[in-house]
Amino acid sequence: MFDVVIVGAGVVGSGIARELSKYELKTCVLEKGTDVAVGTSKANSGIVHAGHDTKPNSLKSILNVKGNAMFDRLSKELDFPFKRNGSLVICFEESDIEKLEALKEKGDKNGVPGLEILSKEKLKELEPNINEKAVAALYAPTGGIVCPYEMTIAYAENANANGVEFILNCEVKNIIKAQNGFIVETSKGRYESKIVINAAGLFADNLNNMVSKNKIDLVARKGEYCLFDKLAGEATTRTIFQLPTDLGKGVLVTPTVDGNLLIGPNAVDIEDKSNLSTTQEGLDEILNKAKNTLKEVPMRQIITSFSGIRAHSPKDDFIIGEIEDVEGFINAAGIESPGLSSAPAIAEMVETIVVEKLNPAKNIKFNPIRYGIPKFREMDNEERKNIIKSNPSYGKIVCRCETVTEGEIIDAIRRPLGAKDLDGLKRRTRAGMGRCQSGFCSTKLVNILAKELNIPITEVTKFGGESNLLIGKNKEI
Amino acid sequence: MKEYDIVIIGGGPAGMAAAIGAREEGIEEILILERDSCLGGILNQCIHNGFGLHTFKEELTGPEYAERFIQKAEEMKIPYKLNTMVIDINKNKEIVAVNEEEGILEIKAKAIILAMGCRERPRGAINIPGSRCAGIYSAGSAQKFVNIDGYMPGKEVVILGSGDIGLIMARRMTLEGAEVKAVVELMPYSGGLKRNIVQCLDDFGIPLKLAHTITSIKGKGRVEGVTIAKVDENRKPIKGTEEYIECDTLLLSVGLLPENELSNKANVKLSQITGGPEVNESLQTNIEGIFACGNVLHVHDLVDYVTLESINAGKNAARYVKGESFNEKGIELKGLEGVRYTVPKYINPKNIDKAVEVRFRVGDVYKESYISVYFDETRELHLKKRILTPGEMETVKLTREMFDKYPECKEITVKVEGE
Repeated sequence: MFDVVIVGAGVVGSGIARELSKYELKTCVLEKGTDVAVGTSKANSGIVHAGHDTKPNSLKSILNVKGNAMFDRLSKELDFPFKRNGSLVICFEESDIEKLEALKEKGDKNGVPGLEILSKEKLKELEPNINEKAVAALYAPTGGIVCPYEMTIAYAENANANGVEFILNCEVKNIIKAQNGFIVETSKGRYESKIVINAAGLFADNLNNMVSKNKIDLVARKGEYCLFDKLAGEATTRTIFQLPTDLGKGVLVTPTVDGNLLIGPNAVDIEDKSNLSTTQEGLDEILNKAKNTLKEVPMRQIITSFSGIRAHSPKDDFIIGEIEDVEGFINAAGIESPGLSSAPAIAEMVETIVVEKLNPAKNIKFNPIRYGIPKFREMDNEERKNIIKSNPSYGKIVCRCETVTEGEIIDAIRRPLGAKDLDGLKRRTRAGMGRCQSGFCSTKLVNILAKELNIPITEVTKFGGESNLLIGKNKEI
Repeated sequence: MKEYDIVIIGGGPAGMAAAIGAREEGIEEILILERDSCLGGILNQCIHNGFGLHTFKEELTGPEYAERFIQKAEEMKIPYKLNTMVIDINKNKEIVAVNEEEGILEIKAKAIILAMGCRERPRGAINIPGSRCAGIYSAGSAQKFVNIDGYMPGKEVVILGSGDIGLIMARRMTLEGAEVKAVVELMPYSGGLKRNIVQCLDDFGIPLKLAHTITSIKGKGRVEGVTIAKVDENRKPIKGTEEYIECDTLLLSVGLLPENELSNKANVKLSQITGGPEVNESLQTNIEGIFACGNVLHVHDLVDYVTLESINAGKNAARYVKGESFNEKGIELKGLEGVRYTVPKYINPKNIDKAVEVRFRVGDVYKESYISVYFDETRELHLKKRILTPGEMETVKLTREMFDKYPECKEITVKVEGE
């Protein structure tokens, strides 16, 4: 019998798991994917929003502003990349400046610190590559950028180190309300728990509807992105949004915390929640819109495109809290933008609810500190010398584009909740994420994975399931 | 900081030939830095034959061709370090490299020869929409899986791009038991060598779909199929011409890019067209004492030319170490009217012994036309060509006599002309 079962190991589920690991609670996280951070948390804008976009007094606005302020401490404790680079909302018509002012007012009301309207001159000074068409901007110094999957992995690793169990490849089939809690039926058997927390992302509606009469329906809203070479990473310093107009919402142009340039997303509601494919129309749309933000979109520097799906609630706010008709079932659902920014505050909000219900003792062994994989590319030469001396595999570069060493790859596989496939390695180390997009290192990575996991090379996958990379020996297929 | 006369970055065909060239000029303190576990570079995975026709008048396989140079380098006792990756260079010719045994190596060189080769353009560079499932490989990675590891990436294959590696892999996958359903090429002509189209596609009945592209990739775990479509003259897919091909593998052979991230760190000026350094007749870049050769300079189609060019780069680096200067700015060369670029970009006649070879590629297919070379306004060369294609590199030889004939020449232009 668990005290708490959390369904979903995205940034919300993993964040809640980490906050609950501060208590003497028997907690586990059930994740249907082969890894943590494989849903909405792996493919999004990676933006920590300042909080001026949300409706005052909504959960989105309260949790966004509160969450935003938590990132400095969290990123230090959990060792994930975060940068407060500031954000800008630009407009293209003089007549729209009053809308910027309204946005500022809303932001002030939401408690966003330091908002400021910038003139065209000031904007050009801050962002020399800005399109001449931009006439003014709302500047939010607290806007930031984060690596969403590294943040999720960090949360999960820290939760795991503090005693939370993670069960992967475990799909929830049904949830039954029992006398003292719930029976969770999964592809890996039954789990009993006093409390169930629904952090199932796109599928949180299914989970809610298994137990509650108050049905919810989430819309899968796909967004497509183009990612550019790090050579284009300095096209902007800040995250640049376009002021929404009658013609549409616009796209954002931002550096990523890892130093690439990112453009996107569009928004297309789709039926199939697993359809992550990109479309020509979608990519054309975002690139065309980005041309309004930048003087020149460095088209030759595109290295990949991808899409992510957010769980949109038609009520337009997060759905967080114990549901009315079933005691002990707590939703953290409909977490779309600014979900990533709010995730730390969502975790604390759910923590409060659980603590009130179970009144657990503090976990005196809780250690808030998690160390990430040491990154060769970020070290100075003295640090490099030292680490190679103690672990020579840090002297062997596997991914040349991102300068990732064999030491990092092996660490990523061996650590608890380690990588089991190519994409897992990519998210943990950036191997294969650079300009050649794993053209050179995939063969090496496949061999290391097979060796470390002690499996035949033909069983190595890109992302679990049927995504095997090789089908058999030469002449034997 | 260790000091060397010449450090060569990359131990593939270019790096080895450069080292041999430098040693033949009497330079002792040479070092080759190679990131892989053996010398030879990408030749090691090119197990097909056809290498060395010009150099040795023989048809060698890639590893055999490499072996001849590895042996020669061994005989000449040229020092090299394997599994050693250069992570930084600067214009003062200071190098930082890393390996397991020695950790961080800091090296100062009198001259550097860039010989890092090239890489394949990834899917993202051409933005093919669709699923991001497993089963999509660059032709080169598939080649490494098959030829080095001995494993097949799939058995029903579509290849996008008719560059040479794509063509070679069409044959290779077929020989290993896979079915190659089509080679799809965006352009109305192939980007590969004619002989590869004949020997790798025609001989095996593999269809080459010119002026087609892939408009979508389908698949959840693995690729299940691709949709191809005809393209118009602007290379945009034509609605209504879509055709779905079932396959489990998509190989991409959509171009090679010289790999010059290190060169950037040393402020080496790169050509917007080739992606390689702008060099002069001596293969020196804009940074004094930094030379470039092989596919890092511009993508070659035959390794024999890489070898010739690189021996030259090695010899010139040696002459530089011995005190010669190649800094005086020469005559600028321009590729016009169908000629996309020239290597070299500048020629200083003072540094020409007997002749200099100018290499270039054309931007389209030209039949029954001429390559012309103008010294300022005067046409000095007018060479009949039955066919010119972007897939085949062209060479013209400019001789000492020509330069002597035009001592005041300010600019040399190379063009494709009709009559």
